[in-house]
Amino acid sequence: MIRRSVLALASAVILATTSAFAEGVIKLGAISPKTGPLAGGAVVTQWPNIQLWVEQVNAVGGLNVGGEMMTIDLIEYDDKTNPGEHIKLAQRLATQDKVDFVVAPYGTGFNIASAPIYGKFGYPMIAVSAITDKVDELTGRYPNLFFTLGTTTAFVEGVKSILMEQRDAGAIGNEIAMVNVADAFGIELADKARELFTAEGFKIVYDKSYPLGTPDLSPVMKGAKDSGAKAFIAWSYPPDSFGLAEQAIIEDLDVNVYYSAVATSFPAFSNAFGSKINNVLGAGGTNVDDPKIAEYREAHLKITGKVADYWASANTYAALQILEQAIVGAATLDREVVTQYIKDNTFDTVMGDLNFKNNFSNTFWSVGQWQDGVFRGVKGSNVDGAVDVRLKDGWK
Amino acid sequence: MIDILISGLLLSGTYALVAMGLNLQYGVARIMNLANGEVLVLGALAAFWLYTTSQVSPLLTVILVIPVSFTGNWIIYRFLLTPLVKRSKTQGALEVDSILATFGLSFIIIGIIVSIEGGFFAYKYLSEPIRILGSTTSLNRLLAFLVAALIGVALYLWLNFSRPGVAVRAVAVSTEASGLVGINVPRVSAIAFALGGTITAVGGALISTFITLDASMGVVFTLKALIIVIMGGVGEIRGSIIAAGILGVVETGVATLVDPGLTLASAYLIFVLILLFRPQGLFGKHTT
Repeated sequence: MIRRSVLALASAVILATTSAFAEGVIKLGAISPKTGPLAGGAVVTQWPNIQLWVEQVNAVGGLNVGGEMMTIDLIEYDDKTNPGEHIKLAQRLATQDKVDFVVAPYGTGFNIASAPIYGKFGYPMIAVSAITDKVDELTGRYPNLFFTLGTTTAFVEGVKSILMEQRDAGAIGNEIAMVNVADAFGIELADKARELFTAEGFKIVYDKSYPLGTPDLSPVMKGAKDSGAKAFIAWSYPPDSFGLAEQAIIEDLDVNVYYSAVATSFPAFSNAFGSKINNVLGAGGTNVDDPKIAEYREAHLKITGKVADYWASANTYAALQILEQAIVGAATLDREVVTQYIKDNTFDTVMGDLNFKNNFSNTFWSVGQWQDGVFRGVKGSNVDGAVDVRLKDGWK
Repeated sequence: MIDILISGLLLSGTYALVAMGLNLQYGVARIMNLANGEVLVLGALAAFWLYTTSQVSPLLTVILVIPVSFTGNWIIYRFLLTPLVKRSKTQGALEVDSILATFGLSFIIIGIIVSIEGGFFAYKYLSEPIRILGSTTSLNRLLAFLVAALIGVALYLWLNFSRPGVAVRAVAVSTEASGLVGINVPRVSAIAFALGGTITAVGGALISTFITLDASMGVVFTLKALIIVIMGGVGEIRGSIIAAGILGVVETGVATLVDPGLTLASAYLIFVLILLFRPQGLFGKHTT
């Protein structure tokens, strides 16, 4: 008995001293895929920005939390693109690693799946790579969850307004060829698009889905070509955005408007196809002429060695800036206070001044276009610097 | 119609590249190699990496890949899998052991791939349109098809008309009997395994010119390869080629005439039908 209490005392002393040493450190947990189907996107958009932000903050001595400079201690885990794994690791972050704050996960499904567990421990979750029309319902249920990249409807609206403008200009007719990947995100967007496009009098003359990981998209592209539509819209995922572009080049798809969704904004897309994909539209966009964005992109390249993508990279970095300013502004590591601070204040980020209304930040790009090697925003919400849409003119 | 046939046959070439290697490994060396897809992705990574860092043509990479993957796979068989072969008393036990071992191996390979390139292997090579009988297709797919055909024919001839080939087929039929007639079974098995891995890696390098891969995609190819090998008959190169042909043409036909969303369903439907009516595969022989 005595022995046990001595042991307990000893361990208490050790614990006390280690936590004394741990002072001056903010533990930040980040769980996202490094392997599995979503890893290809996460290593472009999520991980480099976490690295960039942590290095930048620590390079200046950390964050000033109520007069004390605290550096960031990053704890990162690979969820293997497995929601079950993510939940387990989130539990571990909260109970064993005892992190002070977390970076919201990568992917819509992962943010929704992990919102209860992060919410239970009171972590503010500033979700970036998460697009849904259920923002109100989700933030009502999880008051710690914030959305920053827009809604499904906003993304479809962006494409719709381009289609309407080009119809008015006479570049396209009423006919649209539309395809989607048969996966949650693609299906949700295609459903919304079907509803919004037909309401404006468009006719979807080719409307097909294909399974994720389809090795040969040539039948899809041949079908779209045969439909004769002058506008091609694909609600696609990374591997198929590449595959569709390749087939469009091979088939010499004759359209004036060509749009593919996720990964069109990746630098790798342009690296793979060069000038052939000039004037291709895609989800996302950025304003490279904005001095803040330009400075951010330069730092991203310098510190991570990678070119930032032209969409959610800046938003991911902005979300970390919000967390940074909220911790400094609230002058505490108390998660409840920081969460409230995020709700009540406006933040100066690379995406401009951001604030949350019902946990939703209404500042984001929805459609961008490759114009001479740069993917520029053409449609967005509360963003400056949108350029005019150009027509797709061949695949040379 | 011509479109379907040509696109379908070209897709079959891709499938054959994926399946022939596994067929040798499973049919002859009796290793149910779940890391097959990862070896393919490794080949793709080599092509991507050499092309983007030093502009090495993927065709040259294919040639470089041959000795490297042959040696690598031989070492894997010799040091990782031979102990399993030695200790297993029955074919069933070896299958279970090899599935577990190669499943673990697949994670190691994924780790290696991710440490080199965690994102997409995005590059394009020979992505030029070419017209065959009035149907448009791409040069890189045609090339993969031609290499697949070349490998298929070469393998078939080697297996059927050469002395070492006959030894390989003998081991595929029975390890005990071929041992009794003086065939060095461990050696033949190691060669078959290494050759299978080489074909898979070569296939990966070629496929990467038209399919954008990443580290996670190996399992997709392993599954396709499994379906084709079982459809065609284990240890039967002809069977794998015919099965790949059927899958490619049917998938393309369904995608063009019915709905692209049903391609996977149609592939699995054929698989189930063959399992129901010819469980030994198209060219497989009854084991009893």
